[in-house]
Amino acid sequence: MRFKIYRYNPDVDEEPYMQEFVLEHVKPGMMLREALMELKNQDETLSFRHSCGEGVCGSDGVNINGLNGLACITPVAELTEPVEIRPFPGVPVIRDLVVDMSGFYKQYRSVKPFLIRYDPEPEVENLQSPEERDKLDGLYECILCGCCSTACPSFWWNPDKFPGPSALLQSWRFLADSRDQAMEERLDALDGPYKLFRCHTIMNCAYVCPKGLNPTKAIGHIKALMLKHSV
Amino acid sequence: MNIPVRRFDTLILGAGGGGLRAALQLARADAHVAVVSKVFPTRSHTVAAQGGVNAALANVTPDNWHWHMYDTVKGSDYLGDQDAIEYMCRAAAHLVYELEHAGVPFSRLESGRIYQRPFGGQSREFGGAQATRTCAAADRTGHAILHTLYQQNIRARTNFFDEYFAIDLIHDDEGAVLGVLTMDIATGEPLVIEAKTTLIATGGCGQLYRTTTNAHINTGDGMAMALRAGIPLQDMEFFQFHPTGIAGKGMLITEGARGEGGYLVNKDGERFMERYAPNVKDLASRDVVSRAISIEVREGRGCGPNADHVMLKLDHLGSDIVAKRLPGIRDTCKTFMHLDPVDTPIPVFPTAHYAMGGIPTDRFGRVVMPSGDSPEEVVPGLYAAGECACVSVHGANRLGGNSLLDILVFGRAAANDILGFLKNNRYHRPPNQTCIDKAYERFARWEKQGDGESVQAVRADLKKAMEDHCGVFRTEKIMQEGIDVIKAIRARLPDVRLQDQSKVFNTARIEALELENLADIAIATMRSAEARQESRGAHSRIDYPDRDDAHWMKHSLYTLEDDSLDYKPVRTKPMSVETFPPKKRVY
Ligand SMILES: Cc1cc2nc3c(=O)[nH]c(=O)nc-3n(C[C@H](O)[C@H](O)[C@H](O)COP(=O)(O)OP(=O)(O)OC[C@H]3O[C@@H](n4cnc5c(N)ncnc54)[C@H](O)[C@@H]3O)c2cc1C
Ligand code: SF4
Ligand code: SF4
Ligand code: FES
Repeated sequence: MRFKIYRYNPDVDEEPYMQEFVLEHVKPGMMLREALMELKNQDETLSFRHSCGEGVCGSDGVNINGLNGLACITPVAELTEPVEIRPFPGVPVIRDLVVDMSGFYKQYRSVKPFLIRYDPEPEVENLQSPEERDKLDGLYECILCGCCSTACPSFWWNPDKFPGPSALLQSWRFLADSRDQAMEERLDALDGPYKLFRCHTIMNCAYVCPKGLNPTKAIGHIKALMLKHSV
Repeated sequence: MNIPVRRFDTLILGAGGGGLRAALQLARADAHVAVVSKVFPTRSHTVAAQGGVNAALANVTPDNWHWHMYDTVKGSDYLGDQDAIEYMCRAAAHLVYELEHAGVPFSRLESGRIYQRPFGGQSREFGGAQATRTCAAADRTGHAILHTLYQQNIRARTNFFDEYFAIDLIHDDEGAVLGVLTMDIATGEPLVIEAKTTLIATGGCGQLYRTTTNAHINTGDGMAMALRAGIPLQDMEFFQFHPTGIAGKGMLITEGARGEGGYLVNKDGERFMERYAPNVKDLASRDVVSRAISIEVREGRGCGPNADHVMLKLDHLGSDIVAKRLPGIRDTCKTFMHLDPVDTPIPVFPTAHYAMGGIPTDRFGRVVMPSGDSPEEVVPGLYAAGECACVSVHGANRLGGNSLLDILVFGRAAANDILGFLKNNRYHRPPNQTCIDKAYERFARWEKQGDGESVQAVRADLKKAMEDHCGVFRTEKIMQEGIDVIKAIRARLPDVRLQDQSKVFNTARIEALELENLADIAIATMRSAEARQESRGAHSRIDYPDRDDAHWMKHSLYTLEDDSLDYKPVRTKPMSVETFPPKKRVY
């Protein structure tokens, strides 16, 4: 199987280039992460992040034949050759497939991604009905891989101002939580031309999310809540 | 070499559940805390925990901490320390409520309370009917807990050193631990972080084995750092094989699958656990179920063309339960096996999963080691918590759901003790320069160029050796060979060379440092295992099939420097209740 992989090491390379690799033995059911590990055995200098190997840690997001995805849950058999692997678009490259995610994390922190309650704490759990809890499904599972935000044109153009789909999904995760008591603060923080309304519902985010989550829908919910709230 | 230095009150190595729980406690108490992690915090392997965390909330069936304590002592095959176990089980409910308050999206019961499911080894009234004690967020409990703890740390403004790799501990002439030498992975530059206390929370070492439920990063770095600092590792022979890893691949299928009603069958379709554990069947302790599967396969009753696994059946549960309670493992089965557990059984086999052993601590998270006449002298300034530590609450076999509890309870306990330590130790002590130089040497050694073996080749051999010589069933001969093989592999290390000599995000260098760590832990594990001439918990010897309390109800301590073994007694006296004396263990 043939691969073309983006290479750039600021220590030695003037500029990025694509390196060709051939993988002789493609095992049945092989995932792209395993393939990359084999290629790294051929050329130890190939750098990429990875860890869990099962799509839960969110380390190994890369751009695969033009689409963002997690290497560890992408079967190589389904990819057209030569398989082109690049780092996430729109974010600075540290080396090879390793990108600088600090802007992405900063936007995550900016939406106050934590439960806020003002009531005194009970000595047991806060109650929440199964129906209320169901509202968090499709939201809390986010693994912060960044596939969505680095596929979002609005995030590319305004990485400092537009929180991006992942952070907005997290914002909605807390707005939707029956236990959270900071709706006003959260909505106020999202007010302004750059926050919510930079999303033009292009849907790239939902299309690439490896966990099947739908940030566009979450953004829609926030917009609706904001309208209702301002009336 | 002039290495830059940063100073904090207190340092935590590791941003998994253990490290983050401790950090939260410290940051909330306004201590100046630094957390070092070789990966971004939410990538830590706690994120992969599925089934849940144990606490006797009694939301579904009657329960109390004392029954939980009994089950844990019995599960440990009487090697657990009963004071620490009492402490953990008493603290459990409070810590789970605290997590809920922090935002963990636990699944819910109709009553609005936290959802709980039955897990293996849980009973009511000291060995009676099955208990329902494991608090769950679907089958993504670890993810829910790790993300919530990280979020609350953002709120508490903890200092994170993300993608910094800890190389070795730094101490002074009196042996007080004063911080660590790290490397900034992005730049390859060394940095010394000095602190009045250091908490090791670097997680497990499942990468010792070829087929494992553990992530690529679980290389036991903290354990190896302790070994190299002259601290022994405790009970390393007890390595848990989880009964239900996906056969040949290793991804975990949570015990919660059996908790929700799933069961195992052999090639004849027989529900074989009925023979091994007539009362609780598929919900026996993990060591019992893993042995049963191995025996079924060895005696020719395995499934598949090579008769090398058994099947886990969930197809009778209905799609509602699977979709609602086990969505994560359903995805995993679809992605990796192209099967839907709603209608097709899952091929499973015991898979390397969890280190019961680790850095010896007391129930305050303080690292302890023998010194003079005392078997447990505190190492000043050094703490350990989580999977890298051995308190020991798991003894010879950990119960499912007790590790997430362990990391929370002892992460917090360590933080509380650290706060006391900081009050009495206001000033930084000067570290010993030779010690820093030595740590730096280990790091710089990988700049040696030329021809030599690759890290990958040695790592592969090491994992194969552990699998062949230190698996579910063990004998004298297999383990003695294992020691020779591991020693031969260790002897190859000086001749390993890196082709990648650049500084920027050099993952090859990281893997080289990890390989050295694995090699240190491998020898500790093999040697401890070979010496223990009995079967207890996860350590099953064909040549010594029985537990031998008279000679072996004691903890092993392996020291790297002189490759020696020592032992210390089990703490059989709980804090306030009666001792649970050893009994024959039946399920
Ligand atoms: C697949 C799976 C499922 C599980 N399910 C359950 C369950 O349902 N219930 C249960 O109770 N237990 C479960 N366990 C066990 C439990 O999840 C782990 O034992 C526990 O999460 C370990 O937490 P920890 O904080 O000790 O370590 P980890 O979460 O592994 O964190 C280790 C941290 O140390 C850092 N680190 C390591 N080395 C270095 C270094 N050299 N330099 C800098 N940083 C370093 C890492 O970056 C990471 O942040 C499961 C385990 C696995 C593998
Ligand atoms: S739908 Fe909105 S958030 Fe998603 S990719 Fe498009 S612009 Fe970005
Ligand atoms: S929403 Fe999906 S794609 Fe975006 S960060 Fe979360 S898991 Fe990744
Ligand atoms: S390696 Fe963890 S998500 Fe791919």
